[in-house]
Amino acid sequence: MSQTSAIPPEEIRLGVRGLNFYYGKFHAIKSVTMDVRKNHVTAFIGPSGCGKSTLLRTFNRLHELYPENRTTGQILLDGEDILDRKVDATALRSRIGMVFQKPTPFPMSIYDNVAFGVRLYEKLTQRDMDERVEWALTNAALWNEVKDKLHQNGNGLSGGQQQRLCIARCIAIKPEVILMDEPCSALDPISTARIEELVHEMKKDYTVVIVTHNMQQAARVSDYTAYMYLGELIEFGQTDKIFTKPAQKATEDYITGKFG
Amino acid sequence: MARFAHSPLFSRRKRVNTFALGLSALAMAFGLFWLGWILLTLVREGFAALDLVLFTSSTPAPGSTGGLLNAIVGSLLMAGLGTLIGTPVGILAGTYLAEYGQRGWLAPATRFINDILLSAPSIVVGLFIYTTVVSRMHHFSGIAGALALSLIVIPVVVRTTDDMLRLVPQGLREAAIGLGAPKWKMITEVSYRASSAGIATGVLLAVARVAGETAPLLFTALNNQYLKFNMNEPMANLPVVIFQFAMSPYDDWHRLAWGGAILITVGVLGLNIAARIIFRKKV
Repeated sequence: MSQTSAIPPEEIRLGVRGLNFYYGKFHAIKSVTMDVRKNHVTAFIGPSGCGKSTLLRTFNRLHELYPENRTTGQILLDGEDILDRKVDATALRSRIGMVFQKPTPFPMSIYDNVAFGVRLYEKLTQRDMDERVEWALTNAALWNEVKDKLHQNGNGLSGGQQQRLCIARCIAIKPEVILMDEPCSALDPISTARIEELVHEMKKDYTVVIVTHNMQQAARVSDYTAYMYLGELIEFGQTDKIFTKPAQKATEDYITGKFG
Repeated sequence: MARFAHSPLFSRRKRVNTFALGLSALAMAFGLFWLGWILLTLVREGFAALDLVLFTSSTPAPGSTGGLLNAIVGSLLMAGLGTLIGTPVGILAGTYLAEYGQRGWLAPATRFINDILLSAPSIVVGLFIYTTVVSRMHHFSGIAGALALSLIVIPVVVRTTDDMLRLVPQGLREAAIGLGAPKWKMITEVSYRASSAGIATGVLLAVARVAGETAPLLFTALNNQYLKFNMNEPMANLPVVIFQFAMSPYDDWHRLAWGGAILITVGVLGLNIAARIIFRKKV
């Protein structure tokens, strides 16, 4: 792997250090080392099964739900190894939020969907909670569409709205990092464009890591791009560089569509 | 399409289709015929037996007039208490199976035993309560009846809770966990909400199931000629009254047995309809 650009150490939010991931016996991520820069967007690209979603889910320790999953190596969040068993997963998840491929509104009202996460960590008065919900929905570019039906079920929204609701739910707890696992793959082009705009806005306040199958999307929204193949990180660097002069032949082949 | 319309393969397929369709229609007609006959007899005899006295006085001695009040009250009390005992146990066990049962042998073993319990003849349940409760208390009682019914409720509720929770998309669970929700919170606030209609349906169907059970009550609650609210005494109930009265040689007892049968049938039908409405509304 070639490290095309060094990120200054004080700018590193997440540092992956020699990470290996096993689904039972299957070695899904092979000693990956890379950095995620603060207040920037990092995209993971690569063909299906290359390990990019697995890597993303490891940042939130979601893999721990499944007993056969195992990791070695470290993921440093501001220097602290979050894979350490001593680190409380709940506390970690308040700092690293996640948006999934399929919109996953909970079977409750739009308001309660956004408030759900907040209630896990903070005891707010009704007024503060109202403000927080409005703030989150506004930042997820959904407030104007739902402000008159906050108490209707979240499942009644369109797919694109549901996904923005999930983004609102995620930012409502004010995380530092937002992980997005192919957030647009179930959405139409207009909804996709809105989410991409949102990602662009979000990096002012958050560090965003996004997995995408869509090369143009990676080029449009990200500052850094990591290309993965068969569990290995083939190339990582600034998006312009990866897309214009990749150092690896394999990356170039994938980006230009010769492969994958 | 027209290209193959007259090929032998196509016409053969059409003949086979007609034949198979005809067979299944016949099978359906055969099944429905008996069901229709049963229902028709029940409705004709049952509704003729319904009057105000049926609901206001207790089971009579042969030759005198009376109703089924004691049996109706007893059935409601025992089915109610049985459901009250069985539902929490069933829901908790079903939750364990669906939400915590991915690892180890305990959950698969429990699921297997539960399935056996689900299809166990109810008379076995009655005998079990007879030996463990009735013979130790030295008398039949409404409590023993309710316990026997709860043993029938539990496997039904376990099964539906397990099934309904396993239908909840894994993505929903991951989303809750990903936000930092502890597992119990994920279960109570997300999984239960997503499957509440299904679980409620399961409970209603369990109530419907026990409403008509005779065998487990025969050895446990037995019967009582009088209207009793004390569940520590033998207790009248519709299925056993129907059983005893239908076997008797007296015409007015036969009439009451029909009346009891129509009451149970309408009650079970009502519960099933309610279950469907709840399930459709929420899912």
